[in-house]
Amino acid sequence: MKNIIEIKNLSKKFVDGTEALSSVNLDIHDGEIIALLGPNGAGKTTLISAVCGITNMSSGSVQVAGFDVKKDYRKTRSIIGLVPQEIALQPFEKVIDVVRYSRNLFGFKNDDKYIEDILKRLLLWEKKDKRIVELSGGMKRRVIIAKALSHNPKILFLDEPTAGVDVDLRIDMWQLIKEIRAKGTTIILTTHYIEEAQEIADRISIINKGKILLTEKKTELIEKMGQKVISIVLSEAINHTKYSDEFDIINDAESNQHIIHYNYLKSDKNFDRFITTLKNDGHVINNIETKEKSLEEIFLDIVSK
Amino acid sequence: MNIQAIKAIYIFEMSRTIRTLVQSIASPVISTVLYFIVFGSAIGSRMENISDVSYGSFIVPGLILLTVSLQSLSNASFSIYFPRFIGTINELLSAPVSYTEIVIGYISAAVTKSMIIGLIILITASFLVDISIQHPIWMICILFLSCVAFSLMGFIVGIWAKNFEQITIIPDLIITPLVFLGGSFYSITLLPEFWQKVTLFNPIVYLISGFRWAFFGNSDVYIGYSIFAIITFTLICLLIIWRIFSTGYRIKN
Repeated sequence: MKNIIEIKNLSKKFVDGTEALSSVNLDIHDGEIIALLGPNGAGKTTLISAVCGITNMSSGSVQVAGFDVKKDYRKTRSIIGLVPQEIALQPFEKVIDVVRYSRNLFGFKNDDKYIEDILKRLLLWEKKDKRIVELSGGMKRRVIIAKALSHNPKILFLDEPTAGVDVDLRIDMWQLIKEIRAKGTTIILTTHYIEEAQEIADRISIINKGKILLTEKKTELIEKMGQKVISIVLSEAINHTKYSDEFDIINDAESNQHIIHYNYLKSDKNFDRFITTLKNDGHVINNIETKEKSLEEIFLDIVSK
Repeated sequence: MNIQAIKAIYIFEMSRTIRTLVQSIASPVISTVLYFIVFGSAIGSRMENISDVSYGSFIVPGLILLTVSLQSLSNASFSIYFPRFIGTINELLSAPVSYTEIVIGYISAAVTKSMIIGLIILITASFLVDISIQHPIWMICILFLSCVAFSLMGFIVGIWAKNFEQITIIPDLIITPLVFLGGSFYSITLLPEFWQKVTLFNPIVYLISGFRWAFFGNSDVYIGYSIFAIITFTLICLLIIWRIFSTGYRIKN
């Protein structure tokens, strides 16, 4: 797949010596939704800021659609839209004016029809003449999205777009993000909500302490990193220790003499042998249940390493 | 060049002025009129002419320059500090706008506001005292250049400032005393010789003197020096702004 953003050896050191990004390499595919997952202070916002031109890079390079973000900043920035983490809006201006202002900043003339479409899509049309201070937090968040979309960007950065919004609005926002992607826009999303990444991302990149730990397709990540716990319910009690040396048996609080929790990793060839062994030992299997690891559990595993 | 962006910044800034018309324009005009009433009419009527010009008329250029310099400074500093303060500066930095375009957008708005205030004061003054302008084109040019120079300085202050208090430090503690001591209300030739020489280190003397020359055809210092001083001051401010943007000082880091 064609890369629309190529980040190579990007490092960022702040004046106080803090290294926010350390030799980050990341390719972002055209038309995908990629989620940047990481704890607070991992470097997600700094990474976005470096690509968008908000912060200077210490070293490395970033190419957007084949253009260098420093040398050809006009070309790169003109196709990028940014929804910042903080709601930063001119408090006394009208909604429609701040959206027009954004469009003009990107070199486009006013296009009332286009702005109307965006505002309607974001349920802001009725509020277009309201001043920003009169809006609720959720509405303000919609306004910053409208501003980011005002110049019809090919790439959209969403820095924690659903932080602090209620569940309804979050689901609404996910739907909107899917709609934007359906029109061919590449979306880079940072989020604390792993369910958000699980819901809408095609690929997931995990970042911690300024380093990209891994970047995988969401489905492959869950499959590769995810392990299943298979609970085997037997008709009668068995001696767990007899099997735990040879097989990956979990002895947790939930286990009892009738249930064995088997730790199943992908392509585990022992599982079939384990079942055969149980059968050969005369045990009757009443039920088998499986439980996959969630993305959240995988994320916590990776970040804690 | 991203003309749309320059226009957007300009219109946005001007609309802020229109929204806060009383604070932006009426307030400095009223305070200047009070100066005229007190210094020009009440006290000035008892003062001797300076270089054949009545005291009330003599102070007009100084008062205009005092007001427009402080207005240029505060307008430009606030216009760039406020986006920094609320975070909307990031939108500007992530847009395809060059530093030159950003400066043109903000400075042209600040200059427009100050020029309007300056011209309103001039018109107001003409109702209170007799004013004749010997070199009207030079008067407009010097007023314009002074507004540009102080707006650029204000822009620097707005980037340098870490809080609202610091925005007022430069105008209140440096510019206001320099303007007052730079001959706004008197000719520096009235000072003792030693203080005349000391005063020549005050750059504002050259601006006021040049501006007064445009009005009355005579000045404390040679007009060429005044023009040179204004242009040098402007170039120094531009150089500092270029350095700020090229390093990202207090903007990008």
